[in-house]
Amino acid sequence: MKNSYIGQAWLVIVLSLCFGVALAAVQTALNPKIESNKLRDTIGQIPSLVPGAADGKAETIGGQTVYRAVDAQGQHVGWVIPARGQGFADVIELLVGTDKDVKQITGLYVLKQLETPGLGDFITGDAWRSQFKSKPADVPLVITKTAPKTDSEVQGITGATISSRSVVGIVNGAVEKFRSAVANE
Amino acid sequence: MSNDGPTPLERFINGILPENPVYRQILGICPTLAVSNTMEGALTMAGAVAFVLICSNILVSLIRGLLKPHLRILVFTLTIAAFVTIADRFLAAYMYDMSKLLGPYIPLIIVNCIIIARCEICASKQRLGAAVMDAVGQSLGFMLGLMSIASVREILGFGTWFGKWLGWRVIPAAAPEIWSNWVIMILPPGAFITLGLLMGVMNWIEARSRKARKAVAA
Repeated sequence: MKNSYIGQAWLVIVLSLCFGVALAAVQTALNPKIESNKLRDTIGQIPSLVPGAADGKAETIGGQTVYRAVDAQGQHVGWVIPARGQGFADVIELLVGTDKDVKQITGLYVLKQLETPGLGDFITGDAWRSQFKSKPADVPLVITKTAPKTDSEVQGITGATISSRSVVGIVNGAVEKFRSAVANE
Repeated sequence: MSNDGPTPLERFINGILPENPVYRQILGICPTLAVSNTMEGALTMAGAVAFVLICSNILVSLIRGLLKPHLRILVFTLTIAAFVTIADRFLAAYMYDMSKLLGPYIPLIIVNCIIIARCEICASKQRLGAAVMDAVGQSLGFMLGLMSIASVREILGFGTWFGKWLGWRVIPAAAPEIWSNWVIMILPPGAFITLGLLMGVMNWIEARSRKARKAVAA
């Protein structure tokens, strides 16, 4: 018995079971709170993403969760689309605000990013994100190295070409997918 | 189980300065470098490490008679991982902003050498009292290390101290014409520069006091 596998490893097995149960209990107890924190983080951004919006409600359109932005009177004023895609270092998670006909982009917010500090993480800055306000939603946006000349151009960040392109790519993809989903509704 | 080795009080005092995890043992350098650009981040990290270290030391000390020598590291890792996951979930539920700020560095406490070193050096060999005092002393030492680095980095990099929680400004906001924040202090190089300089100061003090002791003895 003393030299059998069980004799050697019983402590590890018992501890694994105890810890497993304890972690399951912690997860069950805290998960609703964590999920509501995440949701609050998203809903809290809606007024800054869609002009005039005061609140938002989650909805499922075309198989993805989006937020219907409503003003103080409950009138539908726009949409907020969660989007994600590969950045330079890791996955970037964005929120894209559009007007209610998905004709125009009204705002952009970065929920999660791990881009290079000091270069790529400028994508979270107001100065860069505000370029996306009032961009058309029906033509794909492109990154330029100089000041934008046409409506659909966005000036990239010096030294962070890949991060800039990633964000624009994610925005284009998400808006395009959502437009066709709304059209099919 | 022998109970030789330092007393609980010695363990406690050693952790704070003589065997400071950051400056003397140079353990747990990953969080020390990564999350020391604000005081809030540094304190949250130090708190999470303290929780994991104290809980793991208690548990390991209690089961030390049952440990098999060749399976002990496995047991330590298992214990630490369980407490780290609890700390991570807890932060995500009750301190969501901090949890977002610290990102992957909370789960990375699992591989923080301070904790596994204390399990190996102290908790698996000594009684509960010594293990608890050791964990508290080492946690305080780690907190001091992180806070000293974070103070320098946050003041020079942002001009604030506890800026997010208390909003204290050390360098007035009106000063941009004569003082601009050192962005390098917020970035990773600032962590290396600060840690190197502070460690140099610690070694200098240590060398001086050793010389003074020698002079007294002679």
